[in-house]
Amino acid sequence: MAEPNLVMVGVNHKTTPVEIRERLAFTRGKIEDSIEKLNGFPEIVENIIISTCNRVEIYARVTEIERGTHLLKWFICDYHGLSLEELDRYFYCYKNQQTIEHLFRVSSSLDSMVLGESQILGQVKDAYHLARTMRSTGVLLNQLFEKAFNVAKKVREETGIAESAVSISSAAVELARKIFEDLADRTIMLVGTGEMAELAAKHLISYGIKTVYVVSRTYERAAGLAKTLNGCALAFDQFERELHRADIVISSTASPKFVMGREMVEKAIHKRKNKPMFLIDIAVPRDIEPEVNNLENVYLYDIDDLQTVVNANLRERHKEAEQALRIVQSEVFKFESWIESLDAVPTIVELRNRAEEIRKKEVQKVLGKLGHLSDEDKNAIHYLTMSIINKILHKPTVNLKEKTQAQDGHVYLKAIRHLFHLDDK
Amino acid sequence: MAAPSSVESLKTKCYDTPVANKGGIRLSIMGKVSINIALISYLAASVEYFVFLAYRKPIVQTLAGFTVALGLVFHTMTIGIRSSQTGHGPYTTSFEVALFLAWMIVVIYFLTEWKYKIKDLGSFVIPLVFLILLYSMFLSKDSVSPVTQTDARFWLTLHRSLSVIGYAAFALAFGAGIMYLIQEKQVKSKKLGIMYFRMPSLEALDNLNDKVIGVGFPLFTLGFLTGSIWSEKAHQAFFSWNIEKTWPLMAVWLIYGVMFFGRMLVGLRGKKAAQGSIIGFVSIMFTYFLHI
Repeated sequence: MAEPNLVMVGVNHKTTPVEIRERLAFTRGKIEDSIEKLNGFPEIVENIIISTCNRVEIYARVTEIERGTHLLKWFICDYHGLSLEELDRYFYCYKNQQTIEHLFRVSSSLDSMVLGESQILGQVKDAYHLARTMRSTGVLLNQLFEKAFNVAKKVREETGIAESAVSISSAAVELARKIFEDLADRTIMLVGTGEMAELAAKHLISYGIKTVYVVSRTYERAAGLAKTLNGCALAFDQFERELHRADIVISSTASPKFVMGREMVEKAIHKRKNKPMFLIDIAVPRDIEPEVNNLENVYLYDIDDLQTVVNANLRERHKEAEQALRIVQSEVFKFESWIESLDAVPTIVELRNRAEEIRKKEVQKVLGKLGHLSDEDKNAIHYLTMSIINKILHKPTVNLKEKTQAQDGHVYLKAIRHLFHLDDK
Repeated sequence: MAAPSSVESLKTKCYDTPVANKGGIRLSIMGKVSINIALISYLAASVEYFVFLAYRKPIVQTLAGFTVALGLVFHTMTIGIRSSQTGHGPYTTSFEVALFLAWMIVVIYFLTEWKYKIKDLGSFVIPLVFLILLYSMFLSKDSVSPVTQTDARFWLTLHRSLSVIGYAAFALAFGAGIMYLIQEKQVKSKKLGIMYFRMPSLEALDNLNDKVIGVGFPLFTLGFLTGSIWSEKAHQAFFSWNIEKTWPLMAVWLIYGVMFFGRMLVGLRGKKAAQGSIIGFVSIMFTYFLHI
């Protein structure tokens, strides 16, 4: 494998507007069909299609880079009944080392719209498994993708790229988990039935919160939301009396005035024997008097506070991305040397040189003693020895070329180099 | 505890090395070697825990754990050597008590780490262990003549052991308290720095405070009681008592008492409990130095 002939063509959220991306996307059923079609092209040796809402990419090993790249671009357009001339400018194409780096970045979520999001890794894995079941992959892409998953894991473990919350509701969950150790036995109270509040509540409930109260000025609205959240509705006049039950309060009423004042929360916290309360005020105008945050064991975050947290976390992720990029680069380097180790040609050349060296030396020795031979005889000896060597080395050469295409090919190369002392001359 | 009896019990605490036995046993070469290895291990572990705090490499945390364990092995050896030399446990001189206290903190640290798995607690506890052990190096290694009356000796052993376990528990509460205040400040002020991600939840830290004081305070109180019994037994034999030296100890008992009962009765928790644990431990240090 002197040249891996690895190529990638694709479009993503950075290069291409959504109107185009959605037309180029391969939906679930179409991927199988497309892979089958790609398998039919003799120019394409291996292929994997990744298609998500933010990117459409085909990774392939081809017989020839230029042709292969063009063929893939043409295929993506043609398959969807679009013309390549029109869309050519949206594509980015990578070959060999660039392809490796790009895939590592994609799977580590360094190329995602939201840096460090975890969804992409699952999508890449799915694409790979589908391609494997369709038998469109071989040694190179198998190894490349398996490696990409390792790199993604390493990045996740060794950098803080996925550590912090980057959406309002996940920032709220994260804060809740820094205040309370275990969310399972907590009680959450929704004051108002805003959509954002519902979203945040659902997010918290997914962490195991079981007790949910919903309060609204109109009881029916409260009852409706309580039903979807598996909680219980409270009448608005009960809310002050029951506030102390809530560990987490999410407030989102349309009230122009504060719904919760310092005094009310102070009473609640007293009733709770100072057990901490986390108040999330996502209403605009605000529902909870800001002064409340000064109470001990009460933590109040309004929508701007949460947004500030999210922004700070995003900045933090960008910083971590630099560290992640260093990991990716060193892994690309390692992967390239793995590819090089697959290359049988240098080993075969060395093996033949070694044999030729020995042959020459031995023939010279003998010819020195047999001075009476004619030039013709001498040539005959040369031919004889050469053909012996060729005969002996023929099979190993052919086999070596063939074996190095298999998964464990480098083992054969290593064995040959070791047996014939090719590395320690 | 009624006031007179506690004052009585304080008498036992305020004597220091009674009648120093001049030319008594000193720490053997083996003891010196092992205490130094323990000391270096704790220093190395402290550094490792700080590196872990900053760089989050799991391998460093594991390494730090092993380094502390190594320190504990040699620390235990030191105590063993010392005890076999003197013929009694490590609770007679200031040196022995410091040695014993540092050891107990490590033991309790391992127990809490195993039970509650609070990452980074080591960064706040092991440096303290190092400092206490380092301090002990500067104390006189002379031993004193052992207490001869057997029942007085029994009460002394009990008194010192219980008190040391109590102090060690308070040291853990101190570490957890610092962590709580760091985390609380971040969540309250809404400025979430790296420590916000590093530190465990406020509740986990408050629970730890609850547990260690819940165990430490009763033991410390029992230490008081057994101390007063011992002083009764050995009253004639030695020690002098004066009020200036006793009131800080009383204050320590009161601080932890307020926290212990306060949590049960009026929900004294969170930031106040964390502050209390820090003030309490600083008072212990203060008391200790006042004694010498």
